[in-house]
Amino acid sequence: MKKQLEMVVEKVNEIALDTIEMTLSNVHAAKTAQPGQFLHLQVEGHALRRPISIADIDRENNFLTVLFKKLGDGTKRLAMYRPGMTIDALGPSGNGFSYEPSMKTVLLIGGGIGIPPLYNLGKQLKNKGIKVIAVLGYQSKEHVFYEEKFNELGETIVVTNDGSYGSRGFVTNVLDQVADFDYYFSCGPVPMLKAVTKALHGHQGYISLEERMGCGIGACFACVIPTDTEGGYRKICKDGPVFAVNEVIL
Amino acid sequence: MIDLTMDLPGLNLKNPIMPASGCFGFGREYSEFYDLSRLGAVIMKAATGDVRYGNNTPRVAETSSGMLNAIGLQNPGVEKIIENEVPFLANYAIPIIANVAGSTLEEYVKVALAFNKTESVNALELNISCPNVKEGGIQFGTDPDMAATVTEKVKEASNLPVYVKLSPNVSDIVGMAKAVEKAGADGLSMINTLTGMQIHLETKKPLLANKTGGLSGQAIKPIAIRMIYEVKQHVTIPIIGMGGISTAEDVLEFLLAGASAVAVGTANFQNPCVCPEIIDALPRTLEQYGFQSVLDAVGKGYEA
Ligand SMILES: Cc1cc2nc3c(=O)[nH]c(=O)nc-3n(C[C@H](O)[C@H](O)[C@H](O)COP(=O)(O)OP(=O)(O)OC[C@H]3O[C@@H](n4cnc5c(N)ncnc54)[C@H](O)[C@@H]3O)c2cc1C
Ligand SMILES: Cc1cc2nc3c(=O)[nH]c(=O)nc-3n(C[C@H](O)[C@H](O)[C@H](O)COP(=O)(O)O)c2cc1C
Repeated sequence: MKKQLEMVVEKVNEIALDTIEMTLSNVHAAKTAQPGQFLHLQVEGHALRRPISIADIDRENNFLTVLFKKLGDGTKRLAMYRPGMTIDALGPSGNGFSYEPSMKTVLLIGGGIGIPPLYNLGKQLKNKGIKVIAVLGYQSKEHVFYEEKFNELGETIVVTNDGSYGSRGFVTNVLDQVADFDYYFSCGPVPMLKAVTKALHGHQGYISLEERMGCGIGACFACVIPTDTEGGYRKICKDGPVFAVNEVIL
Repeated sequence: MIDLTMDLPGLNLKNPIMPASGCFGFGREYSEFYDLSRLGAVIMKAATGDVRYGNNTPRVAETSSGMLNAIGLQNPGVEKIIENEVPFLANYAIPIIANVAGSTLEEYVKVALAFNKTESVNALELNISCPNVKEGGIQFGTDPDMAATVTEKVKEASNLPVYVKLSPNVSDIVGMAKAVEKAGADGLSMINTLTGMQIHLETKKPLLANKTGGLSGQAIKPIAIRMIYEVKQHVTIPIIGMGGISTAEDVLEFLLAGASAVAVGTANFQNPCVCPEIIDALPRTLEQYGFQSVLDAVGKGYEA
């Protein structure tokens, strides 16, 4: 049977402006987590849980790392958790990124706080001998995080919206600089995903989606996404958050 | 031994706890967390005549001590529910209550008739109160005559006991309750969500795609308690109470107000095991306040 997990906070660091890196330990979660899955975290005093992606998995030490942006009350409160405290979590939830050993070169495209779930994926791809190229977009210089970590995985291009670091503009502005690839994986705000899937039309890829969730386990139908114009749909929390690009309509 | 059983029209409950409609789907997801046969009963997600996609997203927003939802009755349609979902729930030895929704009188009757075909459904919950559906335009839940008409028609069509689910978005809840009792309702279910709105400061516009949504969770409990307390004194049919329940103490409060059984909705989202946890805690809570059975406590809040 599934159950709520008690996760122990191991480390909390502010790694960029309003961006928190938190390491949590739990044996079950660390042993079973897949890149692209999320934890549904219960923050004290809130009626709804907060979905946060798994950014890194350390199966030896039973650690999971999450990265989140301090946005509203829930994430601000989450940022105040200290090592030794426990967090009630559901998960690892949803379907993560799937890849095949036959892939040769993979392009990772992340926007802002959509970058974290691509990190562990990139690590796994590299371990499988698949070449990784990353395009990472941030608002501005003080928001940049994990650039060095992605550099270790492969060629990494950074863009900022205001041009204060890397190239100026959006991730889609630099896609023509990227060498050939056979698959892409992308996570970020919906407008970015729309632009990316349009720009890379004809390529095969996977995208990870965000939507406001209720139960987070597939029962309440809050976070659905249409699959056609005839009433077909998928549940982001359960069937996703990762989908093949042609599976859903953004 | 504290007696948790409760006998209601069509429902032989081993305990008075059931998940509320729309907050539990058709049980599959929660069956991965615990054995559903522990529940007193289960209330399925709303069924309409045909498949419905529902509203655009965002469909939920968090509020102080609660949430707003505007799912818009997304469901595969009554036939698919009977074919694919009812057999799954029938594996568990618990009464099944089907939540019946529609935008027209004919649609309600069609759904009610369809459920006659299955032997596994034990009662209907007539959802005349969903605030999130715009088409149809007929306000069954806020007009006592319309509420009575739909109750009568569904009673005629169905061979199952009918619990009418009342909307709290009315000024005279007692009048609504009396109207549906007179029309033949076997029981009441209350309350559905209260219509609300949240404006998103970033966009300066309503956050929900549907603009308005139904408020549920702890925030609405005092309203549910007040309405059940008032209604119970004017009707003889039993009440299934709901609205913000998350603990055994909340359940006792509903029983005292006049509910004979309760449903738990929003609390499942925070804690998927909340129903069995309440069932485990209930005997002690009843005992602590001097009750030997669930029945003992029903209506004690207003009886002299
Ligand atoms: C599958 C998935 C993975 C995610 N992974 C990450 C991650 O790794 N790092 C990260 O920083 N953020 C992530 N998010 C977004 C994150 O869930 C929201 O930023 C967070 O819930 C905001 O909570 P809050 O209390 O700070 O904001 P508030 O605005 O106060 O939240 C109010 C309500 O809206 C919901 N909400 C607000 N914004 C979002 C959003 N963008 N997506 C979903 N729900 C939202 C909240 O959960 C809460 O129920 C993810 C979202 C999803 C769906
Ligand atoms: C996401 C969601 C979906 C709901 N869907 C339905 C529904 O389909 N039919 C219905 O009668 N009530 C529906 N409700 C109302 C609940 O059954 C219940 O009456 C209400 O939420 C109050 O209980 P609570 O505070 O415990 O959630 C829904 C509530 C929520 C939060």
